[in-house]
Amino acid sequence: MIKVIHPGFFTTIQDMGRFGYREKGVPVCGCMDNYSASIANSLLDNSEMDAVMEITMTGPKLEFHTSSFFSVTGAEMSPSLNGIPINSYEAHKANEGDILSFGKLINGFRSYLAVKGGFLTEMKLKSRSFYKPITDQNRIKEYMEIPIEGCSEYSPIISHIKPESWHKEYELDVYKGPEYEILTGDQLKLLSTNKFTIAKENNRMAYQLEELIGVQSHSMLTSATLPGTVQLTPNGKLIILMRDGQTTGGYPRVLQLASRSIALLAQKKFGDKISFQLLPH
Amino acid sequence: MSSHSISVRPFGEHAILIEWPNEVSEAILYDIIDFVESFKLDFQDSQDWELVPAYNSVTLINRSTKIDFSKTRYQLLECYKKRKDSGPPQRYLWRLPVCYDLEFGIDLEEVAATLDCSIKDIIEAHTKHIYTVYGIGFLPGFMYLGGLPKDLETPRKSVPRLMVIKGSVGLAGKQTGIYPQDSPGGWNIIGNCPITIFNANLENPCFVSVGDQIQFYAINRAEYDLHKIETEIGIYNLDKIKIDD
Repeated sequence: MIKVIHPGFFTTIQDMGRFGYREKGVPVCGCMDNYSASIANSLLDNSEMDAVMEITMTGPKLEFHTSSFFSVTGAEMSPSLNGIPINSYEAHKANEGDILSFGKLINGFRSYLAVKGGFLTEMKLKSRSFYKPITDQNRIKEYMEIPIEGCSEYSPIISHIKPESWHKEYELDVYKGPEYEILTGDQLKLLSTNKFTIAKENNRMAYQLEELIGVQSHSMLTSATLPGTVQLTPNGKLIILMRDGQTTGGYPRVLQLASRSIALLAQKKFGDKISFQLLPH
Repeated sequence: MSSHSISVRPFGEHAILIEWPNEVSEAILYDIIDFVESFKLDFQDSQDWELVPAYNSVTLINRSTKIDFSKTRYQLLECYKKRKDSGPPQRYLWRLPVCYDLEFGIDLEEVAATLDCSIKDIIEAHTKHIYTVYGIGFLPGFMYLGGLPKDLETPRKSVPRLMVIKGSVGLAGKQTGIYPQDSPGGWNIIGNCPITIFNANLENPCFVSVGDQIQFYAINRAEYDLHKIETEIGIYNLDKIKIDD
């Protein structure tokens, strides 16, 4: 078990998501940056489906009540074990009583902590991903006890991976969305040449962009939306749906992010800049 | 049976959007449901796909692999041709109780004033009609219900509430529906349904499927309390009727 001494800004348990319930309106959920989460699991020889801890902006302080192995990937948040700095992208051993904490956010926005065997919080609708009210919790809280298997002997196959700097990129690869054709010449020009700023309204459901690209009055019937769907509101605001985003919507879906770009966007925070690069289908 | 002209287009790397003509019609919705059924039987890897039907479209999402679009498009069109071979899926009419007491129907008086009718007229009209489930989305278990009579159309509230309680039955524009959980919302609240529409502890968390029908019936406060307890301890018997095509 791992005990939460301090939960950090917004920390959740996530896996690869809740597949098979979208027809009942359940968002897919899962790791915002699934790419970094997979690396954290692979460093421990875990299954890709094992649940990890998603840490946003400011890290938690955690106490191991059983020995285990762990790794941290994604955003660089200056992790330390018992006060001694440790490297991200590396498998580490934690003994009973060890304290894992995080410091300054150096780059990115979301870190992933994996433990050997994964976090064993409740499985609801075939996933451990936090999403209220499917799961009882929407984030970890102080004093919470998070079940893990515990592991005292393990020789990592890959002991560390060179941290990638890809999340410093700002260009998002996009495809045409279903309602791409409603965009005017001016809007297309803005989308292809402008840099856009991440608004303060950014979370696991959606990222809003600050710059408006001009009004639209297209009326459409409600239809499915996906993580990475870029919606255009009537007043010209761009909203990029993320993992906890609603499964259907009535705003035109003008662009669709490539999978890798959803993970990249998950590492952006308020004030960061992004741009779009259109890919052919 | 008429065949519609459908468009099949890629929607990112992992999804395909199939669209029928842009209108709200039961014929189109049932054609989509038949297609979904045919897909589930016909596609070998149908377990790897999620299908989200809504109004005039269905979106197919692949769990893992990037889609080979031109190959899949062909298979989907074949699947559409065969959609009637499997026979239509079973659909149900669900009769759901609603307590329209003012305690729950907090906007009833205002709606009656807007529509220039009595509260009794609203309840009568709302319970008389049968609604079709055109989609489930926005919140887990939130049904998009079509078929609201014209005389119940009322604009949504100019300022949305930060909190609408679970079970609230609302009116907004051409729509009526139930809030499956506590949520912010801008609909006019006319009553409350004591039955849990969405339960994450069940393997099928929501008994309603797209294509089903809903009819409301009025209950008093005592019946409301009884059904509330029954649904919470899991002994409420849902009132459902098979729909014969």
